[in-house]
Amino acid sequence: MAPRARADEDDKGAGVVGDDAAAEPLIEVDGVEKVFSVRRKAGRLRRVREEVRAVDGISFRVPRGEMVGYIGPNGAGKSTTIKMLTGILVPSGGRLRVAGIDPARERTRLARRIGVVFGQRTTLWWDLPLKDSYELVRRMYRIPDAVYRANLERCVELLDLAPLLAVPVRQLSLGQRMRGDIAAALLPDPEVLYLDEPTIGLDVLSKAKVRGFLHEVNAERGTTVLLTTHDLTDIEQLCRRVMVIDHGRLVYDGGLDGLRTAGGGERMLVVELERELPPIEGVPGARTVKVAGPRQWLAFPASQSAAPLVAAVAARYPLVDLSVREPDIESLIAELYAGGGKRADTAGDGGKIGRAL
Amino acid sequence: MWYAAVAAGSFRRYATYQIATVAGVFTNTVFGFIVASTYIALWHERPHLGGYDQAQALTFVWTAQALLATAALMGSGGLDELQERIRSGDIAVDLYRPADLQLWWLSADLGRAALQLLGRGVAPMAVGALAFPLALPGDPLTWACFLLSVLLGVLVSFALRYLVALASFWLLDGTGLSLISGLACMFFSGMLLPLRVFPGGLGEVAALLPWAAVLQTPADVLVGVLSGGALVRGLVFQAAWAVALLALGRLVQSAATRKVVVHGG
Repeated sequence: MAPRARADEDDKGAGVVGDDAAAEPLIEVDGVEKVFSVRRKAGRLRRVREEVRAVDGISFRVPRGEMVGYIGPNGAGKSTTIKMLTGILVPSGGRLRVAGIDPARERTRLARRIGVVFGQRTTLWWDLPLKDSYELVRRMYRIPDAVYRANLERCVELLDLAPLLAVPVRQLSLGQRMRGDIAAALLPDPEVLYLDEPTIGLDVLSKAKVRGFLHEVNAERGTTVLLTTHDLTDIEQLCRRVMVIDHGRLVYDGGLDGLRTAGGGERMLVVELERELPPIEGVPGARTVKVAGPRQWLAFPASQSAAPLVAAVAARYPLVDLSVREPDIESLIAELYAGGGKRADTAGDGGKIGRAL
Repeated sequence: MWYAAVAAGSFRRYATYQIATVAGVFTNTVFGFIVASTYIALWHERPHLGGYDQAQALTFVWTAQALLATAALMGSGGLDELQERIRSGDIAVDLYRPADLQLWWLSADLGRAALQLLGRGVAPMAVGALAFPLALPGDPLTWACFLLSVLLGVLVSFALRYLVALASFWLLDGTGLSLISGLACMFFSGMLLPLRVFPGGLGEVAALLPWAAVLQTPADVLVGVLSGGALVRGLVFQAAWAVALLALGRLVQSAATRKVVVHGG
């Protein structure tokens, strides 16, 4: 068997792109919408048909080799987006391309080139040893022997799977099963890897192992990764770019640092004084938000430098110690959700169609 | 070929549960004895009922017991798992694979059927043959035709159960439909009573329904009621139902995946 080329042999259409592929975005989403029609009880016999806009016109591009965090509260439209990107849901509007393929029209062809991992579902064969599932993956994705052996060896080593290969999947712990699932998704060398909450329910060590592995896969293989999670540590440790979705709209798309400013984030200067004093006043650009004994917390805009503040405090107060705390990403995102929610609600009134049947 | 791997994996899956297989063999054998005793009494009163002599009728009983698990005469034969996957949304995982859903489940079902033919078919038939005078064929060709007929029967049975399972895409809970389909199969496959024994019009209609292809035809091949041209017509009858129902399954499948709303996140 010939060694597997980056552009698959079995799809001539997209393969032609060749060298330009790196310049072209691997994932293209243009104004994509997904509208579900839901019937709701309204009184005894009346049923109201309502349109629920799960995804409401989102656009983004992901270049090859990027690792993007995709976050949002429950029901924001994350999973719906991923289902459209993998072709199992057909978008109601807009244009969508993954590796040049329209997912909904050529789901099976696309499936050979992508990997999907769900934290809450498994692709492994419940009653059989882990290696049986891998053997099946090898045949289903027609992975050349040499590639299969190399990839399996790598996964086994990096994810500590050696002692688990002969164990039936139903006997694996959640963390073990998750590692097994990630390996299964990566055996065919996918171009894109979709991860839906890959660290859900895992302990600290398992999380660290999974993150380390994903980082390596992305860095060494150049695998493009779209990561959906509620664990923001995943994002902080793995992704330079974050997309935040809420009420079906992208409310933020950019770097992690930018998220801090976008969230209207404030940094915190914590000062320790010699003794208990009334709240610090008269420091320009800062306000005292908390006092506990000799310790005081001063909030100031994330964009502002801390140096003049420290100088101002030190000049007028008996300063013993200090520290600056970066804004907590979780609270930033909570703020974003709250802000985005308001925006989407006003837009939603126009988009919602109520009709008595 | 991946489907061979799926079939082999499914075979091994079912082989894992040895105690279940032993319990199944025991149950099939006990029921074989009970039904055989009833048939002996019946054929003693009405010899040549439905065109079978007593040995043929007894062979029919043990064939039904031997194929009970293989052709999933009374249940979903593992397709309740597909139903559950549709209900829970795990079906999404199946759809992410570069594999056709129907071919995947068909392969798995054939693997299951093969294991159950060996595990739950051979033993009861052997016990039946030792305990009763059965009309088993002597020539290998009839046995080969029987096995081919069993394979076609399993295909028809799968196609029917697959349709029932796919209904879960629309029904949310397919338990009721499974129950009805299980009863229909038990009655119209000839498992309760050979279809040739059914009175007049009912018998004629039942013989044309797809369930007849699941058990009645293979059993008739084995007991020697069908031979020559009739045998060929029987196999064609089975094949026609298999093709028609599998094609219908594909149609329903494409409708289901087009409208799919994968439940639960």
